[in-house]
This record gives sequence, structure tokens and C-alpha cells, in this order.
Amino acid sequence: MRDFEYEAPESLEGAIQLLSASEAKPLAGGTDLIDHLRTGRVVADVVVDIKKIPELNVLEIDETGLRLGAAVSCMKICQHDGIREHYPSLTDACTIIGGIQIQSRASVGGNLCNSGAAADSTPALIALGGVCVIAGQDGTREVPVEEFCTGPSQNILKQGELLTEIRFPLPQGKSSSHYRRFIPRFEMDIAVVGVGASVSLDGAGEKITTARVALGAVAAKPFLAEKVDEFLVGQAPTEETFTQAGAIARELISPIDDHRGTAEFRTHVTGVLVRRVLTEAARRAAEK
Amino acid sequence: MATQRIVTTTINGTEKSLLCEPRQTLLEVLRDNLNMTGTKEGCSNGNCGACTVLLNGDPVTSCLVLAVECEGAEIETIEGVATKDGLTPIQNAFLENAALQCGICTPGIIMSTKALLKQNPNPTEEEIRFYLAGNLCRCTGYDKIVDAVQDAAQRQCGAGCSSDA
Ligand SMILES: Cc1cc2nc3c(=O)[nH]c(=O)nc-3n(C[C@H](O)[C@H](O)[C@H](O)COP(=O)(O)OP(=O)(O)OC[C@H]3O[C@@H](n4cnc5c(N)ncnc54)[C@H](O)[C@@H]3O)c2cc1C
Ligand code: FES
Ligand code: FES
Repeated sequence: MRDFEYEAPESLEGAIQLLSASEAKPLAGGTDLIDHLRTGRVVADVVVDIKKIPELNVLEIDETGLRLGAAVSCMKICQHDGIREHYPSLTDACTIIGGIQIQSRASVGGNLCNSGAAADSTPALIALGGVCVIAGQDGTREVPVEEFCTGPSQNILKQGELLTEIRFPLPQGKSSSHYRRFIPRFEMDIAVVGVGASVSLDGAGEKITTARVALGAVAAKPFLAEKVDEFLVGQAPTEETFTQAGAIARELISPIDDHRGTAEFRTHVTGVLVRRVLTEAARRAAEK
Repeated sequence: MATQRIVTTTINGTEKSLLCEPRQTLLEVLRDNLNMTGTKEGCSNGNCGACTVLLNGDPVTSCLVLAVECEGAEIETIEGVATKDGLTPIQNAFLENAALQCGICTPGIIMSTKALLKQNPNPTEEEIRFYLAGNLCRCTGYDKIVDAVQDAAQRQCGAGCSSDA
């Protein structure tokens, strides 16, 4: 591995200072970064370990919603009962990222900042209405998760900026969410299609009041399928509705062909998964 | 060259200070600096699980951990599993169920199994397969590994958990 220095600041200001130098890279769980450093895909003179910064380790739910520190590991998320209860699509995504060894280390912040088109947690974050809190030398800014990635391995962060946390509103009433992906193997693979959805139903559970569907691995970046969301509002949560939602989603994607699946296959799977994920999210919502 | 660092950790219950470069992974330091070659290197990119060790009790692939990150941490490797009285129930279960052939995956699988049984003393076959998905084995076909983990669970919790619990 190419030589680099290592720093582990304990304050946000300290980290931002260090990261303002060119060729400084933040290290969270390292499950992407360490491999990228070894293969030379990423070059760093200084690796800044961000796991000791308190702001990046928050994990709190109150009446305003969830604050998820960017460095919190998937394992901590999976073990959190409040997240399972209110934000189950996040639990769904974090239990399937890598194997158990990866989950002990990998963070959702790292998954988002690595900005892979098939990143598993990103569609769940988008479906849940997550907002990124980004700190830099000029203060902080907030950006909805769906505007964070700009293309494969690309995002809006500038040198010296750090994702500190992701905030989510508290789902109200009959609301719930789900994330699921299709992979050729049973575990440990990269999504061919990933779908995150959150659904709110009216008091009687008969009509959809709001929905957010996000698609991963079928375009240059994970995205919010707004046309699907618009269609769903006011509809009954039936199989027919969800099948139609799948058909609309198929029109919104621009998938690639690769050894995991052809574009045609990805299109087909998108329709099926959107239906299944919405069905499960609505089932969970109805139980609230 | 980047300054070498002194990192103080507890490895298998003994405090150790070690000198390493920031770019060295925990796997490299264990094997090359400390001569603890029980932890194996398969892929070096997090996929095979051969290098699994416990870091503060949690299974991690040591090829994706920098040794400098381990300041103050507790590390457990395969060398720390057997006691002075001999092999542990997990190790005996692997031997007696023929759950290894070439053996390169075994140290990692034993470490993952140890973490699994601590968290879930009597796992189902599905739970075992899911938990061990990050440990690849090219030889056994996994069935004997699953048998060994179930046998180890029985040995460890004895009458405390029945096989159909
Ligand atoms: C065997 C294996 C299996 C995997 N399986 C999956 C899978 O199933 N699904 C999936 O989506 N991914 C998977 N991954 C990829 C990886 O584990 C995830 O992307 C993970 O969430 C990355 O998080 P991390 O904390 O390890 O990030 P790191 O590797 O520490 O960082 C990733 C990138 O983001 C930057 N970064 C990290 N945190 C911040 C921050 N707060 N602010 C600014 N920049 C930051 C880093 O500089 C780096 O460029 C797998 C990886 C491996 C090795
Ligand atoms: S050598 Fe670390 S996972 Fe393969
Ligand atoms: S025994 Fe050979 S790889 Fe598992």
C-alpha cells in the first residue's frame, strides 16, 4: 500500500482542518476506503479517522425524528430497537450490507459518501426522507439525500467537507418502510436492483396518503422515483396499485448490462421488486 | 516514509505495544510483525473472511482494519481460542465433524462462530448460514461446518438448550 499518515481527531473542527489539505481522506469503517487505497483507486497523503468525533456517533430518536451519525456502524443500527420500529427499511438495508464482519465496521455515512450506484442503504435513506448534514470550513449545510450523489462514485462534497449526520422525520400514524434488493447469490453480492419505499396510509388503512419510492442500481445514482410517488397518492394499497407502480418505475430507469444482469432483466426485476417492496411497506404501515 | 507509530492493544488477553506504519493492516501486523500466522490471508479485500479476528468482541476482517486504528482495542485471534486445558468445544466440534479440509478458512470461521454463539447460543441452520456468509470455504461445501457449529452449540450450552428450541 502507498505510504500515508494517519490522524484520529476527537473534534469536528480538528477533522475539518485536517481534511482541508488536499489528498486527505476521511476513514469511517474503511470497508471501501482501505481496499481503494491498496489498489490505488484512491490516493491519500493523510487518512483522517473520523470514528472518534462525537457528532459522527450520535444515534438518537425523539419526537422530531432520528439523528444518525455518519460513522455509526451497520451493526449498531441493526441492534437498535427504535430504528427497527420506526425506520425498518434502514434495518433491512444494514442487515444485508456485506457479511457480519463488514457490518461490524461499515457505516451508512461511508456507504453514502462512497456513492456507488448500487449502495444498499441509499434508497432506504431517500425513501425515509433523510437529510444530510454537511460540515465544512464555512459552517454547515443541509442537503436531501436524493441530491447528495451526482453520479457513479461522485457526490456534492467539496474537499474539506464532512458528512456529519443524516436526519429523518419521525413517521406519523400508519406509516412504515421496507428495503429489498435482488442479487444473484443469497448473500454477499452487489444489488442488481434495490428498492426502498415508505408508505403512509389514512386512518382506516384504505388509502395511501404519501409514498416515497427510491431505486438503486438501475441508473448512474440512486434516485427518488417521483412519478411513482405521485401516482400512489390517493390510491388503495392493493396488489393492482402496486403492480401499476412497478410498471411506472420501469419507465424511469436507465439500467446497464453487466455480468450480474442485462438491462432487460433489470427492467423486469424493477417492476417486480417495486410491487413487492410496496406491498411489504404497506403491510407494515397497516399494522401501526 | 510516514512516521512509525506505537500502538498499544490487548491481544488475546495480553497487553502488547507494537511498532507499525499507518498503512499496515491489522492482518499484516499480526502475521508479519508479530509472527501470529494463525490468522490467514485469502483475498486481502474483505470478501473471503479468512482473516477474521474479534475486535472489541465483534468479528472483523483484519485486512480491512489499519493496525493504527487499534490503539486501546481488544483483539482476539485464533491463537487465543484454546486454553491451557486444551481445545475448546468449538474447536473439538470442528475436528470431530470433519468441518475442515485444507484448513485455510478455519481460523476465520472459528472466530466468527465464537462471536455467533456468544450472541446466539443455539442458532438455527439458517441463522448459522447467514452469519457465516462472510467466511468462504472452497473445500467443505459448508454442510459439515454448519453441523459443527450446531454441535458446538450443544456442547457449549449442554442441557441448557434443546436441539429443537
Ligand atoms: C466484502 C464486502 C461486501 C460489501 N457488501 C456491500 C453490500 O452488500 N452493499 C453495499 O451497499 N455495500 C457493500 N460493500 C461496500 C461497503 O462495505 C459499504 O459501502 C460501506 O457502507 C462503506 O462504509 P465505511 O464506513 O466502511 O466507509 P469507508 O470505507 O470508511 O469510506 C467510504 C468512502 O466515503 C468517504 N467517507 C466516509 N465517511 C465519510 C464522511 N462522514 N464524510 C465524508 N466522506 C466520508 C471515505 O473517504 C471513502 O471515500 C461491501 C464491501 C465489502 C468489502
Ligand atoms: S483476507 Fe481479509 S477477507 Fe479475505
Ligand atoms: S477447508 Fe479449505 S477452504 Fe475451507
